Amino acid sequence: MGDGTMARLTRSELRADIEEGTALAAKRAKVPALEPDEIEHVLDIYASAARFTAVDLGEEAILSCDGTGMKTHATRQQDMQSFEQWMGADLVELCVGDYSLKVVRTILPYEAQYLHDAQLQMVVPMQYGVMTNLGLYSRPDGPFKNWNELLPLGRIAEAREAEEEAVEMAVDDMVKLADVMWEAGADGLDWDTTGASGDPEFLAALKATEIVRKKYPTMGVELGMAGEFVLGMHGQLEYDGVRLAGLWPLEQMRLVQKAGATMFGPVVNINTGKSCAWNMARALTLIKPCMAEATIPIHPNVGMGVGGVPMFVHPVVDAASRAAKAFIEILKVDGL
Amino acid sequence: MQGTHTQAAGMGGMRAAGDLVARMQMTRGMRLTEAKQYVADKLGVSAFDLSDPAVMSDVRNEYGFGRIHSYAISHPAQANFIEAKFNISRVLDVPINCVDRFKERARFETAPGTS
Repeated sequence: MGDGTMARLTRSELRADIEEGTALAAKRAKVPALEPDEIEHVLDIYASAARFTAVDLGEEAILSCDGTGMKTHATRQQDMQSFEQWMGADLVELCVGDYSLKVVRTILPYEAQYLHDAQLQMVVPMQYGVMTNLGLYSRPDGPFKNWNELLPLGRIAEAREAEEEAVEMAVDDMVKLADVMWEAGADGLDWDTTGASGDPEFLAALKATEIVRKKYPTMGVELGMAGEFVLGMHGQLEYDGVRLAGLWPLEQMRLVQKAGATMFGPVVNINTGKSCAWNMARALTLIKPCMAEATIPIHPNVGMGVGGVPMFVHPVVDAASRAAKAFIEILKVDGL
Repeated sequence: MQGTHTQAAGMGGMRAAGDLVARMQMTRGMRLTEAKQYVADKLGVSAFDLSDPAVMSDVRNEYGFGRIHSYAISHPAQANFIEAKFNISRVLDVPINCVDRFKERARFETAPGTS
């Protein structure tokens, strides 16, 4: 199930869940539902009684491993080396536990020094990861009025003004981070959980990406989302003439590509009360339209609580491996 | 989580050629099939071989791309870490930022075609 608990379903119950998941996603996002052969493929993956499953030989994809250098079990350097040497990570990411842009901004020189030194001792590519977390730019944590307090009071114009000010400061901080990390030797950046604070946060990431791409043409920029749908916390913000509020993965991807990112990480959140098969059908349906149009690699998020992986801190291996197989075999994604 | 996805679907990082394909995605924004074919062509192997640790261990040794070492298997005379990235940059013809920074800070003369 989406909360990580074990459930026993018959093949026909699984089929019903898959059909319902894809139908609901198609209706909500106005995209095509999965084709009958795709539904059959999802069913085969989820009806297997095997404890573990995997893609066919030769069908492996790239794993863009966020959060690998986070001081989980040793120093951050040793964590990244463990992921490189033991865990088969295709790339690693240096980050701090808080992960918020505003927090990192205050310790940027130390972070850059750490990345510089770590790059001397690693082979796999290394990116620096942060989440924009625009909420921290509002009071009491940040300098701007708190739009989450203003909106319920009906002070819409004030809230929007505060969000617009926060976007500008966040973009400035993201570009400063890129400047320093490029100088330190980073291979790329990861703007993670983008849009957690809605359309202003997505706008900040798009604007920063555009600037970074112009300044550093060969710097990797991965833009990963926070959810499948951009919340309209402002409601009127646009990028390249497109209103950001309410965008689904395909429209998100078009703007991410346009801004100059080199990887896009779409997200579909888990419904914890539904089966993993239901959630997977929904995720595949929402992300599938990206695959035909993409000119950059698509790496759907398959961490805890997203992309068909249960919202549980110790992910059940059958659920996580089924999700990986489904994305790669059915959508032909470029990575995870 | 990482272990599960690696076993189920990963290219294996530097156990095989996952790090090399990842570089082409990060730096050039190549889709998976294109990135695999690019690396395979540069190394003279098939795209299928890129996920095979047995094949890629020899290939990485030949090109000086760095290999995983342990107590039993060590390669002290071979390139690893930043040294390996010099070779990766040259062979794949892809810029690697920290290699360029290394050359600049160690005051190497820029040799054409080395990155």
